[in-house]
Amino acid sequence: MSSRTTLIVGLVGLVAVIGLTFVLDPYRNYQLATIAAYLCVVAGLTMLTGVNGQLSLGHAALAACGAYCYAFTANGLAEQEVTGPVLLILPILAAVAGAAVLGLIVGLAAARLHGPYLAGVTLALVLALPAITSRFSDVFNGDQGLYISVERRPEFLAGRGGTEMFQAWVAIACAALVVILLRNLMKGNFGRQMRAVRDNEVAAAIAGVNVARTKVIAFTVSSAAAGAGGAVLAFMTQSASPGAFSLVFSLFLLMAAVIGGIGTLYGALWGSILLVVLPDAIGSLTKSLSLSPEVAQRLDGNLAVGLFGAIMVLVVIVAPLGIQGLLRKGRLKMQSRGTPQSVPVPK
Amino acid sequence: MAAHDTGPASAPRLALRDITVKFGGLTALDSVSVEVPVGSVVGIMGPNGAGKTTLFNVVCGVYKPTSGTMSVDGTEVRPRAHRLTKHGIARTLQGLGLFGGQPVLENVVAGLQSSTRHTFLEELFSLPRAAREEREKKERAMATLASLGIEKYAAALPDTLPYAIRKKVSIARALVSEPSLLLLDEPAGGLGHDEIEELGELIRSIPGRDCSVVLVEHHVDLVMSVCDSIAVLDFGKLIATGTPAEVSANPAVTEAYLGVDAA
Repeated sequence: MSSRTTLIVGLVGLVAVIGLTFVLDPYRNYQLATIAAYLCVVAGLTMLTGVNGQLSLGHAALAACGAYCYAFTANGLAEQEVTGPVLLILPILAAVAGAAVLGLIVGLAAARLHGPYLAGVTLALVLALPAITSRFSDVFNGDQGLYISVERRPEFLAGRGGTEMFQAWVAIACAALVVILLRNLMKGNFGRQMRAVRDNEVAAAIAGVNVARTKVIAFTVSSAAAGAGGAVLAFMTQSASPGAFSLVFSLFLLMAAVIGGIGTLYGALWGSILLVVLPDAIGSLTKSLSLSPEVAQRLDGNLAVGLFGAIMVLVVIVAPLGIQGLLRKGRLKMQSRGTPQSVPVPK
Repeated sequence: MAAHDTGPASAPRLALRDITVKFGGLTALDSVSVEVPVGSVVGIMGPNGAGKTTLFNVVCGVYKPTSGTMSVDGTEVRPRAHRLTKHGIARTLQGLGLFGGQPVLENVVAGLQSSTRHTFLEELFSLPRAAREEREKKERAMATLASLGIEKYAAALPDTLPYAIRKKVSIARALVSEPSLLLLDEPAGGLGHDEIEELGELIRSIPGRDCSVVLVEHHVDLVMSVCDSIAVLDFGKLIATGTPAEVSANPAVTEAYLGVDAA
């Protein structure tokens, strides 16, 4: 797609989604905001894993870092009786910066590791989170987490969509910004460097790519995106707690990136939508089956994990490029039916 | 355009002096000196394990020599791998080393890292200079592909192309930065007879691009036909240097290759 088409598609999509917030009920608006929050994290993860080839199982922890940074900054500002947009924007920036710093530290280690070893380090990060929050309970308030004073919805919204609509707007704005910036990087020279490092580190170095630097920057940028997602989640739930950023959540993020189509921002979008819609759909399904309370309780939550795992196995086997790969294939087929394209096929 | 300084006209493009590389107790290279004059094609020959690739890796900064110096255009340098192109040195890898997931054009543009001027932040916010440089790079890469006669494959993925074309892509990626010194590591590997002849013509044309060539190659006929001078290594030692005719007449060379006394 040319960059102008992308721009038009993106703008139309953005306007449509914002228009959607006016017609959705509060619960759906909250779900929409959750999709946007997940999109920030999954977009960063898909760049890191799909484009640069660094596998991270710890993006939930990086998002958590963003959420806690948001909490500390917002509560600090609220104590100083700061209100207005500053109480919203400054904590988000702090979350992005905080997660980027943590990502830089992890990235410096990651640049020396490959494959399963890197996965191990990032896994340790997410497993250590609950231990850290309970060890330093006076700072992080243990498993309970922190309550956050957030900026209320602007007055003019009071009679209309309410808080959820405002949350959706903030979340969509953050996600749009994250996606635009990541897209700039992925299609530019830095994207080329990341792909070169993923495909062949020796050849990349000889072509003039600083391999270690590229990996560290990719990890830092990806972490910053995860931090933005964590900030939006903290803003929406008015809390930051270790339970919200579990290992399961971390795996869900990776599965969303893979099922949507690893290495593509559209794929991150499809994956994030699935991450919100699927558990909801499963919930209404089990409710409609009128199961015994015991069975229903057992299925609750677990069924989503199982189903996601099954879908992921299926995707890897049937469509390794995920939903976005399937859509692309379909589009190319439609195009080639219209006009026969000359593809250079050498003998 | 040459992105690198051209030193005194008399200085050789590349000069290796008394390069010794030791891996523990093993001496991979023993006080080897090689000069590559401006505009020449220099071949490095030798049986397996003679130290040819080790010598390349010293030039590329992959190995640090135990002793000895390297100078480019009369200036002593010790480049790291990713800074090679800044010194006007480009290299191809044994077995291509193309980026399989990306089209041919992207592979070639990747060779233009050293001419990137815009900063990370300019790229993050997609400022005009970053976009302009991207356009210019793609144009330069297309021109390089065209000069090798493979521009029609620009959009194809390398894995879908015949080996000889892929080989040219890897050479295009090295040439796109307009280096003053090109290191070719076993370029004839995997090619058929006619393709090797074509490759020979291509190598002979490279000095016309204001670029000297160092060729590490097993294929003796190719080395003999394209090189201005040849250095022969055996067990890490330089056993002969000279023109192809001189080298092929040298009994030490025949002995190293055939393991028999030439006399």
